[in-house]
Amino acid sequence: MLRLSNLDLAEDGVPHLADISLDFRPGLTTLLGRTGAGKTTLLRAIAGLAHPFGQISFNGQDWAQLPPWHRPVAMVTQQFINYPHLNVLDNLAFPLIRRGEARAAALAAAETMLGRVGLAQMASRRPSELSGGQQQRVALARALVKGAPILLLDEPFVNLDYNLREGMREELMALLQSGGETTVIYASTDPREALRMGDQTVLMSEGRALQSGAPRAVFAAPAALAAARVVNDPPINILSARLDATSLDIDHLGPFPRDALPEDLPPGGYSLALRAEDIRQNGTVSARVALTEVSGSETVTHLQAGAQPLVMLERRVQSHPLGAEIRLALDLRRALIYGADGALIAKGAAHG
Amino acid sequence: MRTLYLALKYLAVTLWSAFVIFPFLWMLSTSFKTQNAVTGGATWLPWLQFEPSLAGWRALFGGAGGVNIVKPYLNSVVVTGTASAIALVLGTLAAYGLSRFSFRAGPIRNGDITFFFISQRIMPPIVLAIPFFLMLRWLGLLDSLPGLILVYVAALMPIAVWVMVDFFNTIPRALDEMAWMDGCTPVTTFIRVILPNVLPGLVVAGMFCLIFGWNDFFFAFTLTFTKTQLLPVSIVALNSSVTPWWSLSAAAIVSVAPLAVLAFVVERFLASGGLKGAVR
Repeated sequence: MLRLSNLDLAEDGVPHLADISLDFRPGLTTLLGRTGAGKTTLLRAIAGLAHPFGQISFNGQDWAQLPPWHRPVAMVTQQFINYPHLNVLDNLAFPLIRRGEARAAALAAAETMLGRVGLAQMASRRPSELSGGQQQRVALARALVKGAPILLLDEPFVNLDYNLREGMREELMALLQSGGETTVIYASTDPREALRMGDQTVLMSEGRALQSGAPRAVFAAPAALAAARVVNDPPINILSARLDATSLDIDHLGPFPRDALPEDLPPGGYSLALRAEDIRQNGTVSARVALTEVSGSETVTHLQAGAQPLVMLERRVQSHPLGAEIRLALDLRRALIYGADGALIAKGAAHG
Repeated sequence: MRTLYLALKYLAVTLWSAFVIFPFLWMLSTSFKTQNAVTGGATWLPWLQFEPSLAGWRALFGGAGGVNIVKPYLNSVVVTGTASAIALVLGTLAAYGLSRFSFRAGPIRNGDITFFFISQRIMPPIVLAIPFFLMLRWLGLLDSLPGLILVYVAALMPIAVWVMVDFFNTIPRALDEMAWMDGCTPVTTFIRVILPNVLPGLVVAGMFCLIFGWNDFFFAFTLTFTKTQLLPVSIVALNSSVTPWWSLSAAAIVSVAPLAVLAFVVERFLASGGLKGAVR
């Protein structure tokens, strides 16, 4: 088991890691967070490339004094990093030869792995002669051929186009199926990717690990407002609400039926987090279109209701003219309810 | 219009080529002439119409009116070759350090250190000659090969540092880190991963060191007397009351030859793709 205890790292007063304590077991864990959340720094710390305060241990062995070249870690980064002066086959054999394996055995293992990632025909080419996707596949194969017990994947497919990314993700999952006891940590900014891939998910923001657990459970109940922001794409709507015994009032949007929120919720001020798919057309809230994005068969519309920004997701291709007025229906019964300290208190009435 | 443009273009290229090649042809032609052929001129063909003579070439081996340049030649090979090799090794290591690590000493940063190296070449050699002379005398190395090698290393290393820092800066640090994770220590990373990727830089820096070292006259003249002469000094020694253009031309050809051959070989090597794919 890979154990991180109280990791702290700051540069020029900016925290990159803040009191991170996590355990990683064999299987795939996704690190989910926006750019700058600290995912890469955390992976680099595990690899020995960043040096935070705190403790990192693997199977009981303290890694404090262990340099990167002695850590049983393989890593694939966003950039396509291969050895430019070696051909593809030698690239894959390189770590095995450095580990002391005989050249013939290393080349044989490299050739097998090259076949598995579908690049057998490219063995004698230099990385610069390959496409971006092929280069990243070489980098991935070089990480896998080492058979390291810890595999760190730092947004490995982010620089690839959509189709290639989907294909590579499937390939990776298939390759990892036979990975046995490998601890795989996959950093991503895409909540859907995290939901689809991981056995476990860790949400990160501003250098902190906000929440960890099974992806679906984390998605269903983000423990903090910051976690709700991280785990939702398109962005979740945050509404400032005031509740009393008989009414519910939302800043800039006006009064709503009290029964949208649980009956036993005490009066007070709350933050309601409402997913974009829980806002629909044909309601009573007036808003103007600020931006429309069509992605595949979905439409994300950014709106402005007075001073309140809103995001609506429609599962169809829809064209909303810029500045057009739309009447929205907010399904507050599906809202997540957070207290003044940002912690999850309850869910809307529809969650039961 | 296009034909006129092409004609002008080729005319310009031809004129410029003739301008560049002429001194070499003149040198080659003159090295086989006698005094009369040089000063008397020809009736019809200025550079071809003369009675060939090897007098100029014989003068280089101690013949009449000449000096034996064999020993100075070998001295130049030893001093330039050794100093260039040492300067390249030390300069490459220094450049890697400057490229990969951050140095801080008071207000001094990496850029200042790089400039310090380059500033050695900005100063006129005369400024350095007296300190070098005093140091070599103190070390008992005046008029000796080791003394010259020492001075040439100091003079050539800035060139190696200057060229190599730029080449190392083109190699992303991520490549070093990837090599570490693949089991390389910093030293094996440098040797197995970084150096092969800066091979063109090493060739360029090596060429510069050899050219500057080989052609230096000033230090070779000021730091030696009679025991350890280098080629440029012995070529000047050929001069007398009547300038012996024939032997000076032969000496110039002999002097240029090794660098020309080296440049030719390196150019073939580069053209054959010897460094293909070394840099992304």
